[in-house]
Amino acid sequence: MITETLLTWIARIISGASVRWVDSQPDTCQRVYFANHTSHLDVVLVWSSLPTEVRRLTRPIAAKDYWDRGYVRSHLAKVFNAMLIDRQEIKVHQSPIDMMLREIGNTHSLILFPEGGRNPEEGIGEFKSGLYYLSKKRPELELIPVYINNMNRILPRGEFLPVPLLSSLTFGPPIWLEAGEPKADFLARAREAVVSLKDR
Amino acid sequence: MIKDWALLGIVLLLLSGATFVGRWLQRQTSLALDQRSVNSFNSRVNAWWFFTVILGLGFFQPTLTVLLFGLLSFWALREFITLTPTSLGDHRALFWVFFFFTPMQFLLVALDYYDFYSILIPVYAFLFIAARVAISGDFKRFLERVAKIQFGLLVCVYCLSFAPALLFLKCKHMDGSYANARLLFFFVTMVLIAELLQFIFGRLFGKHVIAETVDSTRTWEGTLGGAGATAIVGLALYWATPFPEWWQAAAMSALIAVMASAGAMTLAAIKCDRGEVSTGTLIEGHAGVLSRLDAVCFAAPVFYHVTRYFFGLAGS
Repeated sequence: MITETLLTWIARIISGASVRWVDSQPDTCQRVYFANHTSHLDVVLVWSSLPTEVRRLTRPIAAKDYWDRGYVRSHLAKVFNAMLIDRQEIKVHQSPIDMMLREIGNTHSLILFPEGGRNPEEGIGEFKSGLYYLSKKRPELELIPVYINNMNRILPRGEFLPVPLLSSLTFGPPIWLEAGEPKADFLARAREAVVSLKDR
Repeated sequence: MIKDWALLGIVLLLLSGATFVGRWLQRQTSLALDQRSVNSFNSRVNAWWFFTVILGLGFFQPTLTVLLFGLLSFWALREFITLTPTSLGDHRALFWVFFFFTPMQFLLVALDYYDFYSILIPVYAFLFIAARVAISGDFKRFLERVAKIQFGLLVCVYCLSFAPALLFLKCKHMDGSYANARLLFFFVTMVLIAELLQFIFGRLFGKHVIAETVDSTRTWEGTLGGAGATAIVGLALYWATPFPEWWQAAAMSALIAVMASAGAMTLAAIKCDRGEVSTGTLIEGHAGVLSRLDAVCFAAPVFYHVTRYFFGLAGS
């Protein structure tokens, strides 16, 4: 509880984030927030910028190989209720999508980064297919695009000390998987939803 | 002592007046005023209240004032570097700039080590930044990137730190134990009055725009007329300053006004170059500490050094 408040404030101070909701509102209904991924702080940042009652119901998806290492990280992962996914061992039998859906049940929301890893370059990389399979199994979930601006300068890949610049987070209007929409089209449309928030 | 209260009283009276006028203008829908300029006036007045409180503290706790200026400086630098594109190779250099040079500068000001803080940034920090960026191995647009960081540090940290440094400046004609706090108070008040008068003169008499492309509202009439009017206000407040002659207070006030508009112009040029539109979402909501401080940043070091040169105690 105390760690949660503290963490939220630290994340806000380091990232100097201004949060905007464009054509959408914070809500406790079940949602999937998907964002571009440029730094380790992204997970904490998106999570901490949600209003408290929404945040309590939201579980970020994080890479097990990073967040499971050491006491501090695994403790932090517990505080923000992260769902750790093993990126190395994705098997057909125990697909991470099924696990996510099992874990969120009918109450929780998810934060995920469909690029699959931090994108070292400018711009937003191609989306992996997880978002598609997730929507295919639960098509009623609202998919909220989130654009994170400037975090790659605050804590770039390979650096461990952040520089306190200002960043911004833009939450956009929800999208859904259309009936019978092909995978590639849907992923391109989802990516476009994030990209278009850049200029909003 | 009586002078301190008199100056404080006058400023509070002016501020209350400005607040009242601002609120009144906001409710006048019939006057067909541009609502945006009324809002910008009101946000300016709010910033003045903030300054007055900080400076009021300066009368009693100089160290606290230095600390608060340090925090403002940190925030302004944050905005500046956010506006300026830096590349990944600059990351480590920026880390030193934010977490070593900025706190160090204000620490030295608080300790009154003039010999050190007057060169810390222009000598040590500037050379360090260039070397640190070179070590990172990224040489693309090297000079441009180094210059951006150096300029940000110079304006946001070095220049601004000379405002609280006025609290430790020893002058020949200082009377009373709060004379330094009064000098700082006088300085900031004059900067704010200069901004206001230049705005008013520009609106009333403005014809010849200085640089259309940079700032389409800043005119020669506004700048010079405002500077003249500021000199008259400075003259009226001459009793509160450590300047022995009346015309000296007026000349210093005019100097402040000229530097203030130079600062505002410079920052406007930077913002135009970066295109405020593209970065608008980053600083939105924080309403720009830097754009409130630009005038103070330019006026502070010049005011400090001119005062020190002409009116300072020899060898201090």
